[in-house]
Amino acid sequence: MSFFLHSKKSRRQMLRSMMGGGVVSLTLPFLDCFLNTNGTALASGAPIPTRFGTWYWGMGQTPGRAVKDKIATGPGIEFLEETEALIPHKDKLNYFGKFNMPLDGRSNYTHFSGWVANRTGTAPEAGGNIPAPTLDLLIADEIGKGTRFRTLDVSSVGMARQNYSARNTFNRAAAEIDPVALFDRIYGPEFADPNKADFKPDPDVRMRKSVLSAFTEETKDYMKTLGAADKQRMDQYFTSIREIENQLALQLTKPEPNLACVVPTRPGELGPDEVVRVREIDSVIETHKVMTKILAMAVACNQTNVFNMVFTDSFANVRRVGETYTHHLLTHEEAIDPDRGYQPLTYSFNKASMDGMASFIDIIDSIPEGDGTLLDNCLIFASSETNYARLHTIDGVPVYLIGGAGGRMKQGMYVAGGGDPITRVGLTAMQIMGVPVQNWGTKSLETSKTISEVVV
Amino acid sequence: MLISKMKRNIGQIACVAAAICTLTACGESEPQTSGAPPDMRRLTSEQYRNVIHDVFGEHVEIASRFDPLVRTDGLFAVGASKAIITPSGFEKFYNIARSVARQAVDKDNRAVLIPCAPADALRANEACSRQFFTEVGRHLYRRPLTESEMETAVSAANEVADQLNDFYSGIEFGLTGLLVTPSFLFIIDETEPDSSSLSGLRLTGHAKASRLSFLLWNSAPDDMLLEAAETGALHTDNGIERQVERMVRSPFLARGVRAFFEDFLDLEKFENLEKDTTIYPAYTINTAESAKEQMLRTIVDHTVNQDAPYPEIFTTRKTFIDSHLGRVYRVPVARPDGGWEPYEFPEDDVRAGILTQMGFLSLFSHPGRSSATLRGKAVRELLLCQKVPDPPGDIDFSLFNDPNAPSRTARDRLTAHATVPSCAGCHKLTDPIGLGFEQFDGIGQFRVAEQGAIIDVAGDLDGNQFADAKSLAQAMHDSPSVPACLTNQLYSYAAGRAPERDEREFVRYLEAGFSDSGYSLKALLRDIATSDAFYAVSEPKRVDDGVRAASFNDKTKQELGS
Repeated sequence: MSFFLHSKKSRRQMLRSMMGGGVVSLTLPFLDCFLNTNGTALASGAPIPTRFGTWYWGMGQTPGRAVKDKIATGPGIEFLEETEALIPHKDKLNYFGKFNMPLDGRSNYTHFSGWVANRTGTAPEAGGNIPAPTLDLLIADEIGKGTRFRTLDVSSVGMARQNYSARNTFNRAAAEIDPVALFDRIYGPEFADPNKADFKPDPDVRMRKSVLSAFTEETKDYMKTLGAADKQRMDQYFTSIREIENQLALQLTKPEPNLACVVPTRPGELGPDEVVRVREIDSVIETHKVMTKILAMAVACNQTNVFNMVFTDSFANVRRVGETYTHHLLTHEEAIDPDRGYQPLTYSFNKASMDGMASFIDIIDSIPEGDGTLLDNCLIFASSETNYARLHTIDGVPVYLIGGAGGRMKQGMYVAGGGDPITRVGLTAMQIMGVPVQNWGTKSLETSKTISEVVV
Repeated sequence: MLISKMKRNIGQIACVAAAICTLTACGESEPQTSGAPPDMRRLTSEQYRNVIHDVFGEHVEIASRFDPLVRTDGLFAVGASKAIITPSGFEKFYNIARSVARQAVDKDNRAVLIPCAPADALRANEACSRQFFTEVGRHLYRRPLTESEMETAVSAANEVADQLNDFYSGIEFGLTGLLVTPSFLFIIDETEPDSSSLSGLRLTGHAKASRLSFLLWNSAPDDMLLEAAETGALHTDNGIERQVERMVRSPFLARGVRAFFEDFLDLEKFENLEKDTTIYPAYTINTAESAKEQMLRTIVDHTVNQDAPYPEIFTTRKTFIDSHLGRVYRVPVARPDGGWEPYEFPEDDVRAGILTQMGFLSLFSHPGRSSATLRGKAVRELLLCQKVPDPPGDIDFSLFNDPNAPSRTARDRLTAHATVPSCAGCHKLTDPIGLGFEQFDGIGQFRVAEQGAIIDVAGDLDGNQFADAKSLAQAMHDSPSVPACLTNQLYSYAAGRAPERDEREFVRYLEAGFSDSGYSLKALLRDIATSDAFYAVSEPKRVDDGVRAASFNDKTKQELGS
C-alpha cells in the first residue's frame, strides 16, 4: 500500500509540500571525514577530507627488477630499474613485499583470484565469483555518503567491465572508459562550481528530486511483495536511488568555496582511429593521463571521496603497434632472455605500468590543497593481481599505499610481510580511513594484525 | 491441447512407424514441471532500446551505456535475473530516462507521442496527463498502471506543470519517474492464485504476455498481446497458441532471434574487439561491425526467413556481404556503397557456415594473431555446451619458451601443450578443433602458410575426422551435441535461468521435438512458447526468518480481505 494512500493529505498536497522547501532546508549529512582534526583547513575554514583511491595494473612485476627485497620493515625503499619512475615519490608511499595470499585449497583462478582475495579478503570459489565487498566500498560506506558520487570508477584501458570494485558478483559497477563522458558526468550542468560567486538553486532540480521521491514511495510497495533474494536486490535499488537524491540535494546547496578546485579542460572527442587503438599501450598511457587529471580534480572539488582507477586490466589486453602479442600473452609465451635473465618485452610493459603509476602520483601531487597537495590528503591502494605473471604466482603480490592520508600514515617505508596474509595491508588501509573494523578476511586470509609501523 | 502439441503427437506416430525416433520423442506428452520461484529480470540494453523505440519511435536517441550484465550459465539473459542496479548504474538509467522524456515532449514530437493536447499548455491538465500515462504506462509497465501508480504519475505531472507553468514539463518529469521504477526496469513475474497448479500460483496474463514478447520479439507486448492478457486468453491453450502463431509469423521474430544469438554466441565481445591494423590493414572498426552483422544476418535469414535446419548454419554457403567484408574475403562486391547483398561462396571455396566467417574467426583470436585454443574453446563452450576447465594456476610456461624451438605454425607451438600432462587435459579438448581453422588468420583472412610453413588443418571432433575447416563444419553439423546445446540454452534464455532439476526431462522432450521438426528453430520456439513449463511458477522464495515472503497474489489476497 502506498505511502500516499495512507496519508490524509492528497498526493498532490504531499508533492506540493515536498517541493515547497522542506527538502531544501534539510541539513545534509556532515561528512565523517570532515571531523578529521588532523587535516589542514580549507580557505573556508572547513577541514580537508581524507580520500581513498585504488590504482590497478595487470601482470604484476618482473622478479628482481622492481623493488629490492628486504628482510625487515623499515624506512627506505630501494627501487630498481622497473620502478625507477617512482623514485621521486619515494617519500610519499609505502611498499609491501613478501606478503602471502593463501587460498585454502581453492583454485587460483588466473588473473582473478589475486585481485579478489587482495581486495575482498576472501578467495573466490569460482572464476567470476566475488564473495565479499571490495575494501574501497567498505571505505565508501564510511566516507562517501555526503559527496555527489559515492565512488568514481575509471579505466584507461577501454573495458568497462574490468572495474575491480564490487559488492558481490552481480553488484559491480562499470568503469567509465571514455574521457569525454567522464568529464561530462562530473563537470556537466549538474556541477556546482564552489568558487562561483553567485549560486542559485535550479528549481527544476528541486522538482526532479520531489518527483523521484514520490515514485520511490510508490515503489516501496514492492518491498512487501517480493521474495527474499529480490528484496535484497530492491534494497540495493533504493540505495541507488538515495545516491541520486543525494546528488540532487547537493545541487540545491551552495558548496563551500574551494581554491583547490579548478575545472579542467574538456578533452577532445576521440577520432575513429583512436577508438580502434584504445588498448595500444601508448594510447593507454595518454588516456590514463587525461582521465587522471579529470578524476583528480573531481576529488579536489569534493565531488567524491573514493575513486578507483584501472591503468590496465587484469588480463593486460594491451599491446604495442605491430606486435602480435599482448602484454598478457608475452608473460606466458615470451622466452626468458638468457643474458638478461628476464622476459624483455614483458618487462617493458611492466615498466610502462610503473611509469603510469608515477604519472598518476604526479598529477594528484600537483594539485595544491591546504598547506600541501591533494596527495597529502589521499590514501591510494595500488596493486596488481599477481606477482610473477609468467607463473601466475600470487604470494608476494606487490601492493603500495600512497599518500599521506591526511597525516594519518607514515610514508617511505618498506614493509616486510614475512609470509603474513596480504589482507593485513587492506585492514590497515581501512583502519586508517576510519572504518571501524578489527579484523578482516576469511579463513587463512583473516587477520586482525594492523601494520602499525605505517600508522601515525 | 495446443495445436503444436497435437502436431507433435501426429509426428510421433509417424515416427514410431518408421522406427527411427527416440523413446522420449515417441508418444510422450509434455513432462510435468513445477517451474521456479517468481523472478525479476533487468531489461537488457537492447530490450530497453526496443521498448523505448516501440513506444516513442526509432528517432528517440539513447546515447548512453548501461551497466553490463554478468554472463551466467553461458547467457546474459540468466545474469539479468540476478542483476542489481548499482548507484552508478541507476545514475545512467536516470539520465537516460530524462533524455527520453525530454525527447518525448519535444515540440517536434509531442503532437505524435502525446495523445491529447491541453487547452492551455501553461497549466496542468489532469485529463490529458491521465490519458498519456494510461496509454504509455500500459506499454512501459507491460500492464495497466494501478490506480495508486497513476495517481503518483498524474500528481507529479500536474504539480510540476503548475510550478513551471508548462504542461509538457509536467509530462516530462512524470515520465522520467516512470522510467526509473522497477516495474519498467525489471520484467517482473507477477502471480495470482491458481488452484490447478502445484504451487497454487500462476503468472498473471500480463506476466505471460511479457514472457512471450521478450522471448519472441525482445520487446514489450504489443496492443494485441496486452488485450489477450486482459481478456484472460493467455490462460487458455488456444489463446496462447494464437498469439504465438501470430508472433512467430511477425517480422519482429527476426529481432527476437537476433537477440538470442547475440547472447548465445557472446557477440557482446565485439564491443571490446581490437585488432592491430598494421598487421591487418583490412581491419577497421567498420569491418568489425560488418562481421558481427554478417553472422546475425546469416543466422536470421537461415533460421527465420528460410526456416532451414539449424545445424546447417555451420555448412551453408549462403551469406551476405558488404564492401568491408569483400576486402577480407577477397571477393568482388557489387555494392561498394556499404550496402548488403546476398552472396554464396562457391562450392569449392574454403568457407562454409558461420564458423568460417570473419565474425567468429576474429572474435576468438588475439589482436595480432589467430588462436586455435580460443576458437576451440568457443566451439566447445558456446556451441556444444561443454565446459573447458580453467588453466591451472601454477603452470610453468618455461616448457614452451625455448627460443630455439623450430615453432613456426600454431600446431608446432601447441604440440608442446599436448605433451605436458597438466596442459594436455584441456588443450586436447580445444586445440584439435581450433587448429582446423588455422588457415584463417586473426581476422579471418585465408592463408595456406604461416612463417613459410604449410598449415596442416586436419583434426578430429570427438572422434570424427576432418581434413579442413569445411569438413570440420560438417562434423559440427552432424554432432548431436549441437542441437542439444541450442535447445538447452534457448530454454534457459526463455526462462531466465538454467533448467531446474525436474525440467531436464522437459528439455529432452524439447530436443526430441526439435529433431522431429527437422531442427526448425521456429518450431522449437513454438514448442517452448506454448509449453506449460515456460509459464510454470513454484512457491516464492522464503525470507530468512522462516516467514514466507509474500508473493504478488498475497497482496491481492490481502486487499480482497481473503
